Amino acid sequence: MLACSRVNANTASLIDSAIDIRTSGGIESGLEIIVCRSCIDPPCARACPTGALTPRSGGGVILDKDLCDSCMTCASACLPRAIHFDKADMPVICTHCGVCARFCSHDVLELRKTEVL
Amino acid sequence: MWSNVLYIDLDTGEHQVKDRADLFDKYLGGTGVATQLLLEECPPGTDPFSPEAPIIFSIGPLNTIFPCVSKTVSMFKSPMTGELGESHAGGRLSMAMRFAGYDSIVIKGRAEKPCYLSIHDDEVKLKDATSIWNVSSVEVIGKILREVEPGKGRRSIMRIGGAGVNMVRYANVNVDTYRHFGRLGLGAVFGSKNLKAIVISGTEDVEIPDIAPYSKMYNKLYDAVVDTEVMEKYHDLGTAANINVLNQLKGLPTRNLQQSGFENAENISGEYFADNLLLRKIACSNCPIGCIHIAMLKTTFQKGHEFEVNHISYDYELIYSLGTNLGINLAEDVLRLIERCERYGLDIMSTGGVLAWATESYERDLITPTDTLGIALRWGDTNSYLKMIDKIVEMPNKFYQTLAKGTVAAAAEYGGEDFAVNLGGLEIAGYHTGPASIVGQMVGVRHSHLDNGGYSIDQKAASQQLTEEQMVDKLIYEDYWRMINNSLVACLFARGVYGEQTIIDALASVGINKTRDELETLGREIFLAKYEFKKQQGFNVDEIKVPGRFYETISQLGMVKEETIREMLELYKKKTGI
Repeated sequence: MLACSRVNANTASLIDSAIDIRTSGGIESGLEIIVCRSCIDPPCARACPTGALTPRSGGGVILDKDLCDSCMTCASACLPRAIHFDKADMPVICTHCGVCARFCSHDVLELRKTEVL
Repeated sequence: MWSNVLYIDLDTGEHQVKDRADLFDKYLGGTGVATQLLLEECPPGTDPFSPEAPIIFSIGPLNTIFPCVSKTVSMFKSPMTGELGESHAGGRLSMAMRFAGYDSIVIKGRAEKPCYLSIHDDEVKLKDATSIWNVSSVEVIGKILREVEPGKGRRSIMRIGGAGVNMVRYANVNVDTYRHFGRLGLGAVFGSKNLKAIVISGTEDVEIPDIAPYSKMYNKLYDAVVDTEVMEKYHDLGTAANINVLNQLKGLPTRNLQQSGFENAENISGEYFADNLLLRKIACSNCPIGCIHIAMLKTTFQKGHEFEVNHISYDYELIYSLGTNLGINLAEDVLRLIERCERYGLDIMSTGGVLAWATESYERDLITPTDTLGIALRWGDTNSYLKMIDKIVEMPNKFYQTLAKGTVAAAAEYGGEDFAVNLGGLEIAGYHTGPASIVGQMVGVRHSHLDNGGYSIDQKAASQQLTEEQMVDKLIYEDYWRMINNSLVACLFARGVYGEQTIIDALASVGINKTRDELETLGREIFLAKYEFKKQQGFNVDEIKVPGRFYETISQLGMVKEETIREMLELYKKKTGI
């Protein structure tokens, strides 16, 4: 998360991170990773009423901040809830840069290119 | 940025934030700043359980923004030793403080009723904790507070169990289930203030002054941590790997340090735990190592195949304290003992030391079944020890009330001072490696093996034939430089990576410029400030009694002579000016 915010937002922050690591039922019960699933036909883009989110070639979406009015409709269109908002109420969108995998020391995260079926 | 101190008064529930750039500019943060706050807030003669006694938490400038800089310092007056109380914890706490925007927190007063503190960004509230005050399990407290408090995924939860509530002098404060402020009794100080828990979270960003040099430094440090043997050593088997190592070296305290090796060490070794009981490993926030080893223990709680499963964190010190030092032969039994202490929030090194002293005293008829309320103590008898742990927390009679004050208090009342294995009033860590370990824990500001790593200096002495003076010089070097590490506040497991030049470069990359000489001088200054506090509270290093047991049991460096300890202590005093 800190790698994501450092590289993509130039901050050390949790809410500026597009990937979210959290516990589920406390640290005793294990961790969950919430990250953009890179949908080819992204429901968040379909739900966006202003055209701020557009499908990205290869999966996921691209955000045009100038068009976003922070209505947050995109967030509820995503079932894994992989979209959250920064302090300015802008959606934090995964760019699929893979820096999270670069800084995962236990080989849990991996950036892999796959064929679109 | 970097210098906000949150002052909380439990008497009134009021709080204020002060910018203490005066302290942070000079002392960096962490232990450097906390020591100054302690000197300000805790005058000589303060009763550690009085409302006036402060609890101080402090983080440093590099916390959360560099790998392994993941600790928080707590300072207080110790009810265990009556002098400097200091303990460090990992978990998520330093991150939560950073993002809440508080670099230090000072808590004073005593709440009228049981309470807990709920701190989320600017919102600081004292909330009623009556309904959970007598919940003795720290795990349950965590579960309850997680349901009623915000900040999921970003928060840290500190809490005390039954030991802290009943003010056992070595009660710890549990941090995020698997980490602790242990050793010197912060949990008892929480209890004395009617403070059950603190939940803290925040949403602040840390803005980096210049991202390019910072990112470059981050990458360098990350790769250094991941690529060095540190990663291998602490992540694979974890600290428990030391059981077999120290057993072979004759440095592993066993049965109240009557021996320095354990014939069944293999059965409770790091290798055995990892192969048979290890469930998973977790990390403190922002640590790529992940040294926290969690074992799974399945136990029967009723006939008819009724099982419960506990997840228990284990480490070298715990296996020594509740394993070799009590003559426990099975890893599963060590876990049962760890689980019982963890539930109540008892410091495990001290609990193990107290139980070991009691077992030997029982064998020598210094204490009787009337004292123990019918519990027969024998080395290796797990069920008796489990009952004793319950009773230390419940304190049903004078004997258990005394045990709840620690080994020194117990020996003063019942005898056996020669085998009351402590240094400076604190039960020892699991190293009988030689004179540097003994002197190190005597002079160390918090009587911790981590103040100066004396055990590691003994090991160097074994291979490099160090003189006594060379050992003393190494102790002093560590005492001073670790003040800097602890002001950042970097985990000491990564101290091999955070050496002099790395610290200078990392600080510079976020705009804090210090030279090597400045840092060395500062380390010494912080060390001496702590000694000033210790002396104010009545500590005198010459009054430390080293129990005869240290000279009777062979160490890794052979038999330790009393004369050697005396000479090294004199040299240390002369060179440091304490």
